[in-house]
Amino acid sequence: MEALFFWLFAGVAVGASVLVVGQRNPMYSVLLLIVSFAALTGLYVLLNAPFIAVVQIIIYAGAIMVLFLFVVMLLNVSKEDATADGQRPLRIGPGPRRFGAVLAVVLAVELIWALRQIASAPFVSPGGEGVQTSVKAIGLVLFRDYAFAFEATSVLILVAMVGAVILARKDPHAKDQ
Amino acid sequence: MIDPQLIAHFVVIGFTFFMLLNSAAVLVLMERKVAAFAQQRLGPYRVGPWGTMQPLADIIKLMMKEELRPRSADTFLFYLAPVLCATAAFAAFSVVPFGADTTFFGLLDAPVKLMAADVNVGLLVIFAITSMGVYGIVLAGWASNSKYSLLGGLRSAAQMISYELSYGLSLAAVIMLAGSLSLREVVDGQAGYWFGVIPRWYVFLQPVGFLIFMTAGVAETNRAPFDFPEAEQELVAGYHTEYSSMTFALFFMAEYINMVTVSAVAVNLFLGGWHGPFLPEWLGWIWFLVKVFVLLFFYIWMRWTLPRYRYDHLMEFGWKWLLPAATLNLLITAGVVIGMGW
Repeated sequence: MEALFFWLFAGVAVGASVLVVGQRNPMYSVLLLIVSFAALTGLYVLLNAPFIAVVQIIIYAGAIMVLFLFVVMLLNVSKEDATADGQRPLRIGPGPRRFGAVLAVVLAVELIWALRQIASAPFVSPGGEGVQTSVKAIGLVLFRDYAFAFEATSVLILVAMVGAVILARKDPHAKDQ
Repeated sequence: MIDPQLIAHFVVIGFTFFMLLNSAAVLVLMERKVAAFAQQRLGPYRVGPWGTMQPLADIIKLMMKEELRPRSADTFLFYLAPVLCATAAFAAFSVVPFGADTTFFGLLDAPVKLMAADVNVGLLVIFAITSMGVYGIVLAGWASNSKYSLLGGLRSAAQMISYELSYGLSLAAVIMLAGSLSLREVVDGQAGYWFGVIPRWYVFLQPVGFLIFMTAGVAETNRAPFDFPEAEQELVAGYHTEYSSMTFALFFMAEYINMVTVSAVAVNLFLGGWHGPFLPEWLGWIWFLVKVFVLLFFYIWMRWTLPRYRYDHLMEFGWKWLLPAATLNLLITAGVVIGMGW
């Protein structure tokens, strides 16, 4: 039963992720990505981690993807994409393309290496701990053991946010010149 | 022999579903009556005594109408959107308890929980599913391929993101007080009285949290004075402009069920759930219904009293007032919880 659900969720996650890249319409890409996240949530539930599962939905599917959808809708990319496609599949020269191919090979090698590492490591199931203890455990790990990394990440995100605001802001002196 | 416990559980699930369906109909009547009295009219009074059969007539009318779809609409997403909306509305209520454990007047050996699913991260599940409901509205706005719908969808997305933060932070303060993510345990933490008179409801410990929760809840359900996604004077009908017949009815129903869910969660979190004086434990659901009804009345009352905000005021209020207030409330609560050693 559990194995059946695992294959179901894993299949949906992988299939949806592949389709995200394959879609012409960015709107459908965003929606397929949400489907993929939902499938991941199912996997977390199977791993007996309901807290992580719910947080996955709230943060990724509920907040970040709404922003993605918002941007796609606001820019209305679908029309441009449809006309540009077909005539000129890629608007880049041979130089960047070669560089891209090298990057793809590096990524593939890295992936294979990572997957082999995981396969050799013993698979640890969290077991039947109560959820309250798991929430507590996550809190302790985040805010005690890895407090510095956690705070550093939050500062990094803040810097990125301030940077985005500065880049997106209209130049106040542009009008005068 | 089938386990009677299992049958009882299915009965509870079926009952929850049935009640939610009907609550939408009852609320429509209530809305029209309250609106009428607020404007010194009579409201519906022809169909049945005191207009009580009016929702039935409305439903038949909606079913008889023609199903329309704009030619340039995205067919799949156009029909997916209302289904998403309604599904999310029903699913969110599945983890809301509405009464103490009961044996159904001694019919069963062991008590059954009066909720569809007892999930130990129930509060977060509600939060997660509500945030999924946004997609229904946003997709409806986009798939209709109409400018009014698109504007409604965009407004909805922006509004939900802005108010979800305050909503979540006011929830977090209660979670800290209760020390649990399960709605049932949060309610059980509010049993009993202080000094023998004041009920131990979290609304007395978290008055600011309650106000923030209700404000953000009204914004999340797109009700007046925050009904920008469907502001009729500017956007015809907003995100559901292009919908007719039952697809429109699904949006309509989802909105009312979401109101019920927000009220029920508020009752469970802040107003002591099914705990109340005078009634024995097994009749607690009456208290629950009364409290939910009062909050729903408040919802409708507010719609017919307050005018809609201006859009930039809405955003300013959400980000510059509500969010800082919720954050302060959370920090103070955390300080008190640690200081008092609760």
